[in-house]
Amino acid sequence: MTVPALSVQGLTTHFFTRAGVVKAVDGVSFDLAQGEIMGLVGESGSGKTVTGFSLLGLVDPPGRIVEGSIKLNGTELTTLSGSALRARRGREISMIFQDPIATLNPLLTIGQQMQLAIAAHERLGKRAALARCTELLTQVGIPSAEARLRAYPHEFSGGMRQRVAIAIALLHRPAVLVADEPTTALDVSIQAQILLQMRELAAETGTAMIWISHDLAVVSSLATKLAVMYAGKIVEQGPTAALLRDPRHPYTAGLIASLPAMTTPGTPLTQIRGTTPSLLSLPPGCPFAPRCDKQTEACVQKPAMTLDGPRGWRCFHPVGQTAGAPT
Amino acid sequence: MLGFIIQRFIQAVGVMAVMSVIVFFGVYAIGNPIDIVIPPDATQEIRLEAIRRLGLDRPLYEQYFTFLANLLQGDLGRSFVYNMPVLELIGGRLPATLELVLISVISATVLGVSLGIYAGYRPDSWVSKTIMAVSVLGFSVPSFWVGLILILFFAVHLGWLPAGGRGDTVMIWGVAWSFPTLNGLSHIALPAVNLALFKLAMMIRLARAGTREIMLTDTIKFARAAGLSEATILRRHLLKLISIPIITVFGLELGSTLAFAVVTETIFSWPGVGKLIIDSIAVLDRPVMVAYLILVAFLFVTINFVIDLVFALIDPRVRDGASA
Repeated sequence: MTVPALSVQGLTTHFFTRAGVVKAVDGVSFDLAQGEIMGLVGESGSGKTVTGFSLLGLVDPPGRIVEGSIKLNGTELTTLSGSALRARRGREISMIFQDPIATLNPLLTIGQQMQLAIAAHERLGKRAALARCTELLTQVGIPSAEARLRAYPHEFSGGMRQRVAIAIALLHRPAVLVADEPTTALDVSIQAQILLQMRELAAETGTAMIWISHDLAVVSSLATKLAVMYAGKIVEQGPTAALLRDPRHPYTAGLIASLPAMTTPGTPLTQIRGTTPSLLSLPPGCPFAPRCDKQTEACVQKPAMTLDGPRGWRCFHPVGQTAGAPT
Repeated sequence: MLGFIIQRFIQAVGVMAVMSVIVFFGVYAIGNPIDIVIPPDATQEIRLEAIRRLGLDRPLYEQYFTFLANLLQGDLGRSFVYNMPVLELIGGRLPATLELVLISVISATVLGVSLGIYAGYRPDSWVSKTIMAVSVLGFSVPSFWVGLILILFFAVHLGWLPAGGRGDTVMIWGVAWSFPTLNGLSHIALPAVNLALFKLAMMIRLARAGTREIMLTDTIKFARAAGLSEATILRRHLLKLISIPIITVFGLELGSTLAFAVVTETIFSWPGVGKLIIDSIAVLDRPVMVAYLILVAFLFVTINFVIDLVFALIDPRVRDGASA
């Protein structure tokens, strides 16, 4: 078996705030094969973005990775020095963000920003660097790329800016790209175009992707496998099709049931009652228990991940299964 | 861009015209210079003769239009007191102020921005906290008091630096400059520090606030995610992003210090234009006051214009907005 592009084991990131320790990421584990696209789904505050930042070693203080292992192409990242980690960022693992207007520097041309990203990792002649930039921009679907290198971000539309950001992130053909809700701020039609292009790019370049989103519908059209996060933990993971057809965790089932496409038009949308708990004061057992219809005494214990082939879930009372309390 | 320049030029002419009216009539209202120019024991005849010679017998609006006509020909009048062309008088004093102010404002900006970026980049380190504490001092201690303390300590107590005057000068382009000689520089040091202290504090605050804000943006996060080194991020991204307010304040400070370094020039008996204007006000030397204030207005109009050009140079959005 080949080494996965990215292997995360028990990743735990805490924020040491004045109000207490916020367990933003609490023991997250997953593997990502080369060229694979994984959707990381969850509500706001479930820890998905912090997971993404943790992978790049970019958690801002007072946050810090307190435990766990991140292996990128077999190299452990959590024990690397700052400069060794920086040398890998952008070259082996990179990230794009939600708001393309905020990510690019408005005072530098697209070409300058791309060249800074190239120069961070290799010395290329001006012509070779220019050729690389043009190639990448063309690849992400920007017409007359060479001329556009001299343009500034404000001369692009939102969708085009996000494509530029994607091109910058892919300049060094990284093994892993973390995409933090990159299409949320865009029109639905642009969103569909970019999703399609990203899938092609992943297949072409062999770049594995972690697609972070709160929108299960968007992610499921792109990702081959899904991980559902709730209160800092992955509560269910598995291949997209199987997970959507036959969810095991009540939270996943709730998310799927609340998708508009799953209900007949005119009927009210199903919703999960209650709100996400504060990460400062989580219930002692299953964090979803207070909102769960299937809650029993067993749920005061923390459920462990039950594994079943490629699938896994953290629940004592999985949906669609008769097996009850833990044995 | 050309349209922008023309538009600004018309604005500048308007500002200058209004300024000339306000200054001329404002200075007229201060008092009658004739009582100061003419000795009190002069006869009535000499007195009337002097009034006529200085043109003070004409109606005020006529005096104004004469002044305006002369101004347009580049003649700003003659000083009542020194009996020489005002332009020559100010021109002779300007280099002293220019070298003092440029040295102090530029070094305050370079040092202040560097310290401010450091304090904003590492807000929790004790070095940053020290920098910020010192900047509060720079704001709150009055500049005349600092000047006196500087003289007491470095000139009187230690005897390291001279207490006043310009020291040795060198003639360049027909005017005297102190900065090329070591002795001249030692004379500039104390007044320059005195002038720089407040500006230093302000630049530190500005740069720190900008840095703290910009370092939290997605632009910086994205640059880090692309693997840029912190030094590159500071140099290529941050410095440009925080520059707009810094350049604005730099321009305004440069202008107001050039025009009104009065306190420092007086304390260190620095023969610059600030000292000239304060002396002229004391003796109601009307042509000097009027010409000086007109020149100051012109200075600010010019500085603002240059700042706008620099903005357009830095920010492509301003450039496009201006040409549209």
